[in-house]
Amino acid sequence: MKDSCLGRGGRKIDGMERITGRAVFTADMTRPGMLHAAFLRSPHPHARVISIDTSQAMKIEGVKSIITGEHLPINFGVIPVAQDEHALATDKVRFVGDEVAAVAAISRSIAIEATRAIEVKYEVLEPVYSIEDALNPEKPILHEGRRKASNVLRRVFQKYGDIDAGMEEADLIIDEDYFYPGSTHVPLETQTALAEWDENGKLTLHSSTQVPHYLHKALARVLQVRTQDVRVIKPAVGAGYGGKSDPFSHEFCAAELSRRTGRPVMFILDREEVFYTHRGRHPAKMSLKMGFKNNGEITGVDFKVVSPGGAYASFGVVTSYYFGVFMTLPYKLENYRFEAKRLYTNHPPCGPKRGHGAIQPRFALEMHIDKAACQLGLDPAEMRRKNGVEPNTETCNGLRITSVAIDECIEEAVKASGYNEKYGKLPLGKGIGIAGSAYMCGALHGIYQNEMPQSAVQLLVDRSGRVAIYSGTSDIGQGSNHMLAAVVAERLGIEPTDCHVLEADTALTPVDLGSYSSRVTFMAGNAALSAVNQVRERIVSAAATKLECEPSDIILSNGEVFNGVSPDRKLEFKEAVVLAESAGGTVSVVGHYKPPPIGSRFRRQSVGPSPSYSFTAQVAAVTVDCETGIVIVDKIWCAHDCGKAINPTIVEGQIEGSVYMGVGEAFLEDHTFHTSGHAKGLHFGPSILEYKIPTIHDTPEIEAIIIESNDPEGPFGAKEAGEGPQMATVPAIANAIYDAVGVWMNEAPFTPDKVLRALKNKARADKRNAKIGGAE
Amino acid sequence: MNNDLVINLNVNGDSRSLLVGANRTLLEALRGDLRLTGTKHGCDAGDCGSCTVTIDGEPVLSCITLAAEANGCEIGTIEGVATTGKPSQLQRSFDDNVASQCGYCTPGFIIALDALFKHEPDAPENRIREILGSNICRCTGYTKIIDAALEAQSVMLGGDSEG
Repeated sequence: MKDSCLGRGGRKIDGMERITGRAVFTADMTRPGMLHAAFLRSPHPHARVISIDTSQAMKIEGVKSIITGEHLPINFGVIPVAQDEHALATDKVRFVGDEVAAVAAISRSIAIEATRAIEVKYEVLEPVYSIEDALNPEKPILHEGRRKASNVLRRVFQKYGDIDAGMEEADLIIDEDYFYPGSTHVPLETQTALAEWDENGKLTLHSSTQVPHYLHKALARVLQVRTQDVRVIKPAVGAGYGGKSDPFSHEFCAAELSRRTGRPVMFILDREEVFYTHRGRHPAKMSLKMGFKNNGEITGVDFKVVSPGGAYASFGVVTSYYFGVFMTLPYKLENYRFEAKRLYTNHPPCGPKRGHGAIQPRFALEMHIDKAACQLGLDPAEMRRKNGVEPNTETCNGLRITSVAIDECIEEAVKASGYNEKYGKLPLGKGIGIAGSAYMCGALHGIYQNEMPQSAVQLLVDRSGRVAIYSGTSDIGQGSNHMLAAVVAERLGIEPTDCHVLEADTALTPVDLGSYSSRVTFMAGNAALSAVNQVRERIVSAAATKLECEPSDIILSNGEVFNGVSPDRKLEFKEAVVLAESAGGTVSVVGHYKPPPIGSRFRRQSVGPSPSYSFTAQVAAVTVDCETGIVIVDKIWCAHDCGKAINPTIVEGQIEGSVYMGVGEAFLEDHTFHTSGHAKGLHFGPSILEYKIPTIHDTPEIEAIIIESNDPEGPFGAKEAGEGPQMATVPAIANAIYDAVGVWMNEAPFTPDKVLRALKNKARADKRNAKIGGAE
Repeated sequence: MNNDLVINLNVNGDSRSLLVGANRTLLEALRGDLRLTGTKHGCDAGDCGSCTVTIDGEPVLSCITLAAEANGCEIGTIEGVATTGKPSQLQRSFDDNVASQCGYCTPGFIIALDALFKHEPDAPENRIREILGSNICRCTGYTKIIDAALEAQSVMLGGDSEG
């Protein structure tokens, strides 16, 4: 009888507006008298700004305002403990592309022309690029005036269990180095902001952001206005993948230029600027030592990572913790030591990219497990399955684990791919590899310390039968609007399309902290559930009186409200709302979600714990051409435990998109810079032509397999699907390459030259071994 | 020196005259002068395909096409696909398959596929893939886009809709 919308796949409530071109993105807006803005950016990777002369530029016809660092002197940064950025350089520039001045003019081309007429005198300083230089006390310091003069933004050191005893216990120890390169998000919509000050001194900023709340706070701070006078609206956003999670210079500058000119200011970054704005994946140099017993049990993990993270902190402090925290999942581990250093270097700042901080260590750990399996003569899939963490346990670093389906993920990925029939049995050049992983469903703690809810949802149901959902969440393409509507509709027995979602407007919607850390389904979904349960109670109570039954007998389904005992007695949903509104006044409620107070045995473990964790297993099948070194991925099977798929089609899309992004990082993407010569500090390829992201021809067949562990605390059991499925892609491919041709690719991306070099080294070693073998 | 030109375009069936600079791109003319903002700006270099429109039925990258080059031509944009307020079969299949996540690339994909199916209604999957090599999607991994294209094609050819 009940037609549930939970678990029903297919279209999103707001999909069609994006398919018809009707959706309005920030750059699609226009305002009367609107000005356009442009940046003057630093040509030097590291320099002191001596003087800036804007007088010639101001004379250009059509130029309305030019601002420099002195006009926006307040520092900011998304993480409260590392507010090391300024909208425009105040004393130094720290990477090629660092913002120096901003111009507003009647057209973008005039604004750009004016930036060229600004004269800046620099005292050029020695840049710091490498890990070695950043750690060398003789080299220049990027940020002077910090408590300790050093280019180390953050060092994290953690110890759990007894690592020495763990290594002592081991039958096999593997100790190797890995390198995972930086990469950038490349959202197709470039970052854009439209600022408007009204006659009452209030600012409205439309922006392509995934964190309207943090942007709201940062704008008030930097512009020195009251938070209640700032309104941030996130229109349709052309995706983020983490790249729109910081407050950015162009957002502050658009606002300041609008304040100074009294006119709306549109600031659209061009594609090259997006490459320099970056905030992408941290490059990671890693040393991993692991102990194993003969049966494959892991006796200890000793992990060190150092990352040259660029000129500003961005999320780097958090990244330092994320590097380590998920290494205790999804396999049982008692003894763990972890050290991370996130460095300042004269590059565009790194930040959060899909799978923030956890992608790099996962690469190392999952290859280590395959190496151990090889040496111990164990099956890599079975070894992982046997060692998987159990539900309702605690990891050695204090993570509370509730729902877990790593076992099922491995089983299903193995079954679908025919791994057991293929591993170790394919001809030379063909290989299959597996990897597992785990990720969070939102951070227990918000970015700034507070006791308030992480997410709230307001519902307004009225006599028209309309259900309005007000939420601060940011749908950036992942489908969170649909998720909210589905959660609400499910409890009210109506269709998701009967709901109207108004999201991400800091003047109208209750706070949600943003689309990051895979938190939205779990946290905003729970907030929506809490709200709709209150609405349901009022409707049920009013309907029970009318239908003369116990409230517990009332059923809401298919747009109707039934007396469950005699189902012919029923009301339309709308009629039931009228009764509820008549009985108790306007039906408007707010629900919120605050993570449970999960204590940790470890005082310092405040970054990383989540109310729940998602689990993934992936199998990759590859073909390696030994002549050219070209690796083709034939197919990837990704089994992901998302708790519960509220809309399976959307979940599949998240899995497929995650794997796609992993494939790009495995083979193509490398966010690198010239370190010498006259191009010093310049990006190697700041365009979509040069910085290769996978086209349809570079993307393998992807089979998404949804596993549902029904989380006890997730909304209807749901966890996350947006980031976890990327974790295992690159190591699964690396392990498949080993199965195909017998070389371990400890450094991504797996470009043909690296594969050929590895094959050559292997041939040489094989020959040498054969000779030695022959001599014996 | 005045480089402005008067050009005549027929956009989605409407005749329009525009005064444009000689260096104004078709994308700028569509988005800026005609306020047809469904066509997206992704790279300004012809690398991503978000700005795909048709000129006389052929797909072009409007960010690297001068408005003046389109003088006297028929232009098709995403706004012209669902003219009677009814989405096309391809758009419905995109919706049903959630082939559009953030949606920024979607208008370009719809226009490219529409143009293909107009000329080659029964284009095989490898031909569809060949054409879509000009359009980048960073969200979907292309899986659902291919599903949607094949489903729409099957319906349009009179076969069964699986959706």
